[in-house]
Amino acid sequence: MHILVPTKQVPDLVEELFLDDDGTALDPDECDYKLNEFDDQALEEALLLKEQSGGTVTVLALDGDGVNKVLYTALAKGADRAIKLTGPEYTDVQGNLPLAKLYAAAMKRLDYDLVLTGVQGVDDRDGQLGPLLGALLGLPCVCVATGIEADGDTVALHKEYAGGLMASLRVTPPAVLGIQAARQTPRYVAVSKVRQVQQTATLEELEVDDPTPPLSKVLAMAPPETGGGATTLADVDALADVLRDKGVI
Amino acid sequence: MGRDVLVLAEHLGGSLGDITFELLGLARPLADELGGSCLVGLIGGSDAMVGQLGAADKVARVDAPGLEDFNPEGWIAAARELIGATEPALVLIGHTSVGMDLAGALSAALQIPLASSVTGVTAGEHLVASATLYGGKMNAEIDLGPGPAIAAVISGAGTADTGRAAGSPEVIAVAPPTVQGRVRFEGLVQPEAADVDITASEVLVAIGRGIGDQDGVEVAQELADALGSAVAASRPIVDAGWLPKSRQVGKSGLKVTPKVYLALGISGAPEHLEGIKGASTVIAVNTDPAAPIFRVADYGLVADLYDVCEELVEILE
Repeated sequence: MHILVPTKQVPDLVEELFLDDDGTALDPDECDYKLNEFDDQALEEALLLKEQSGGTVTVLALDGDGVNKVLYTALAKGADRAIKLTGPEYTDVQGNLPLAKLYAAAMKRLDYDLVLTGVQGVDDRDGQLGPLLGALLGLPCVCVATGIEADGDTVALHKEYAGGLMASLRVTPPAVLGIQAARQTPRYVAVSKVRQVQQTATLEELEVDDPTPPLSKVLAMAPPETGGGATTLADVDALADVLRDKGVI
Repeated sequence: MGRDVLVLAEHLGGSLGDITFELLGLARPLADELGGSCLVGLIGGSDAMVGQLGAADKVARVDAPGLEDFNPEGWIAAARELIGATEPALVLIGHTSVGMDLAGALSAALQIPLASSVTGVTAGEHLVASATLYGGKMNAEIDLGPGPAIAAVISGAGTADTGRAAGSPEVIAVAPPTVQGRVRFEGLVQPEAADVDITASEVLVAIGRGIGDQDGVEVAQELADALGSAVAASRPIVDAGWLPKSRQVGKSGLKVTPKVYLALGISGAPEHLEGIKGASTVIAVNTDPAAPIFRVADYGLVADLYDVCEELVEILE
């Protein structure tokens, strides 16, 4: 199987979030961006599939801060190719549909059997990347997928529903899969190994057109109102008092 | 373009999901506002399901072999037929596992605007969706234009009771699509038997990413033992393999209804909050005072969860 893993950078939610002057988006200059954690799951599942049944893994990322590190790290983990989409920057793209169009344009120039994406991202406001890509490429897409197994000419997988219920599905490639979780925790790679790869490997570049405008428009963005929030407890004694009050201790 | 609101029904294992009734509850006032009808799009399904959709004016139904069980390829093709036949102003889809496959694909294929993680929609000259983004840390108002548009609505944004009514709405039969058959449904897999039934526990000690490493599971278990309760978790803990899937609370886990839900190191992403709407009292402990969990919790303590566990165990002993 030849597998493509398109990745995206998302704001790190551990940091405080700041809005831009219009109050309609996060201020990209104030955000720390990091690899979407679900894309890391997709990459891990892709590497496991390759180890089991051969093939290649190609990681793609749209240019932007921190992207080189993401791509070199993917190579150090075992990806065969790393392609940087150049032209626009990640923070210039407003929404997943415009992003999906850039990725679809790049993928039409590549050979592949499967596209593995992270199931979702914290900035998804106009759909998830996987199903958008599927529609643009004319391929079926299954999201919330786990336990991907290559089985001859087809791929078996589970689609997760609520409460632990799952469907067994079988897909004939080429197809797009939105990965919820890899079968194992994404592998760790030492910084020294990433540095070593950085010195020997090269990132490929693929130029793409400017992004199209999104179909919808954000009118306003704001942190949720805090009214009606939690009663603040001073310490653990106060917490214990609540538990007593509720009759559970 | 029409003025109608089309709810895409969701069903698994032969039953309509609550989300369908929640969407119907939201659809009725929107249809009134738009001066249109409230329609349900039913893919596969049964006559019994139609009988539960009395809150709708009409049911547009596509039925053909292969559509009985959810399969994104067949259902997307069928949903396109339904949208083509009914020409709605607004399509409401659940922001669920099923809905995630449908919403983006329909938006990209039909080039119509979509808002995800929607908590509400208003209909004026333009359709405007409220959505929750960035793990619940931001709310956005999204202009979807005059329609047609799609809103993928999170579970719990409406109440199922509002949209649940027996009846016999008129059924419009819509011709089935041609499907290539590249995705095959092979069966449902029931959840593994649980060692502990977290839905039966009066008190739950729930842990999230904030525990940092696997040792935290044991610390939480000690507290749970002292409280005579069970340990539950948010998704990252289960994905890391530190607790079984049967302990997971939230969108893809279980919905729990304890008397007290003690959330330790759980940020409060919308996916998790879907699972704790039925908890009587939520007490949150987190080091981040801006964590969204504090907005839904009844009581909040900004502190390190390890210190809290240790002190609380001492108090209980």
